[in-house]
Amino acid sequence: MATSWTPDQPIVQCVDVRKSFGALEVLKGISLSVRKGEVICIIGPSGSGKSTLIRCINALQPITSGSIQIEGIEVTDPKLDKLALRRKVGMVFQQYNLFPHKTAMQNVMMAPIHVLRQNRDEVEARARTLLAKVRLAGKEDSYPGELSGGQQQRVAIARSLAMRPDIMLFDEVTAALDPETVKEVLVTIRELAEDGMTCILVTHEMNFAREVADHVYFTDRGVIVEHGPPDTLFTAARDARTQRFLSQVL
Amino acid sequence: MTSEEPGHRLAVLLPYRLAPVRISLRISPLSAAILCFCAIMAASTAWAQSGPTMLSPFQVILKWSPLLLRGFAFNILISLLAMLLGTIAGLGLGLGLLSEFRPIAAVSWLLTQFFRNAPWLVLLFFVMFLVPFQVTLFKTTIPLPDWIKATVGFALPVMANVAEVVRGAVRSIPSTQWEAAESLAFTRRQTMWLIMLPQCIKRMLPPWMNVYALVAMSTVLASIVGVSEMLTLTAQVHAAEGGRPELFAPLYGFALLCFFLYCYPINLWTARLERRFRVR
Repeated sequence: MATSWTPDQPIVQCVDVRKSFGALEVLKGISLSVRKGEVICIIGPSGSGKSTLIRCINALQPITSGSIQIEGIEVTDPKLDKLALRRKVGMVFQQYNLFPHKTAMQNVMMAPIHVLRQNRDEVEARARTLLAKVRLAGKEDSYPGELSGGQQQRVAIARSLAMRPDIMLFDEVTAALDPETVKEVLVTIRELAEDGMTCILVTHEMNFAREVADHVYFTDRGVIVEHGPPDTLFTAARDARTQRFLSQVL
Repeated sequence: MTSEEPGHRLAVLLPYRLAPVRISLRISPLSAAILCFCAIMAASTAWAQSGPTMLSPFQVILKWSPLLLRGFAFNILISLLAMLLGTIAGLGLGLGLLSEFRPIAAVSWLLTQFFRNAPWLVLLFFVMFLVPFQVTLFKTTIPLPDWIKATVGFALPVMANVAEVVRGAVRSIPSTQWEAAESLAFTRRQTMWLIMLPQCIKRMLPPWMNVYALVAMSTVLASIVGVSEMLTLTAQVHAAEGGRPELFAPLYGFALLCFFLYCYPINLWTARLERRFRVR
């Protein structure tokens, strides 16, 4: 499908996205747009549909109605080449989901070699650079089981970056980590944001959201209650639900 | 997703671990040893009462042991070949069970259930009597001796059991691995061969070895259809020695002992592997 998307248009555009699991509607008409290079954070109580939303963005789950466009490509299109879409969108999970039978290097190298069919030597050189970038130089030959949670999560970030995505999705990536390793992962994400990567983060780290996000969305029970720049949202929330949530977590 | 519990994974392994069979394997070593001992003792007393011109049961076994052991080697050969054929076919069938294409999954399921729930002896009879003793392909006649047909007969249930082992192992890998692979744009086939199956090998090894021990012991069924394996030869040796009743227990006890000495280490090793993988 030929698209007429240009970089000045939103790179991700969700319009009235609805998603039901059986009778349970978890997304009740979500609309948001993300511009290239923007960092947005989605916050909200557990079960508000945050994770579901970003899993819909890279077509891990189909939506019930509405529209999601990535660089002008309609995700709900039945003829969609999901693999082509996923090459544009990197995703990092709460549980890291590294391949346990492969070393850190192999985890990073696998997709570029087998999916993008890139030259092995170039991929290896880039994987080393990426692991160094996430401060894991020297851990190239370690297996996931030998790494700490924070280290595994940084390998997972490097693994996604190896595909040279245009957008990175982070699904509560620090929720499973020890407090002392949360910081090293957040530092990595911040550097990524500073490099101009478009990032969508679902997070419980309010201070981090405030510091790094260009725009924050507060969701509750499947709807966006309120959104705005972090300074406004965190200090002058208008909605009572937002105020209550922020007073509980801040 | 909550964090993985190691105990939980094993719960997934349970269904295809053939639990009741394992119990019988645990008991059989002991009873086999006791039976052998009793048989030889009983036979010795019987021999002591008979004339001095006859060979003792021990001498008879010693005299015929090259032949009997050759028969036993044949049992092992049949079991190894059946396992090889069955594993290759079972891997294919197992992948069929996991196929997203409904008709393939349905046919695979039907085949698996059919061959898993048919008595091995019945399958053996079917292969023996339905497959011709030779086939002509491109004007060359390939003979199909009984033992090859028997091997195929054993490979069928192995195939179905291995298919279940493959299916169970792949299913036991957390679905988050599929998601990670999907989000990296791996195709389903790549995910299976590069990510799932390599992780499954460890999980598959103990149940796979369990299947092998069963096949090894079942090869004696081939004696019923006339393959010259150890049990057939044992019966012939017994007849050649005049069918003396006191030789019955020692001769068959010898066969029992051979199978015990072969299968028991396999089961010990299987149990050890299971323990080791449980810790990890």
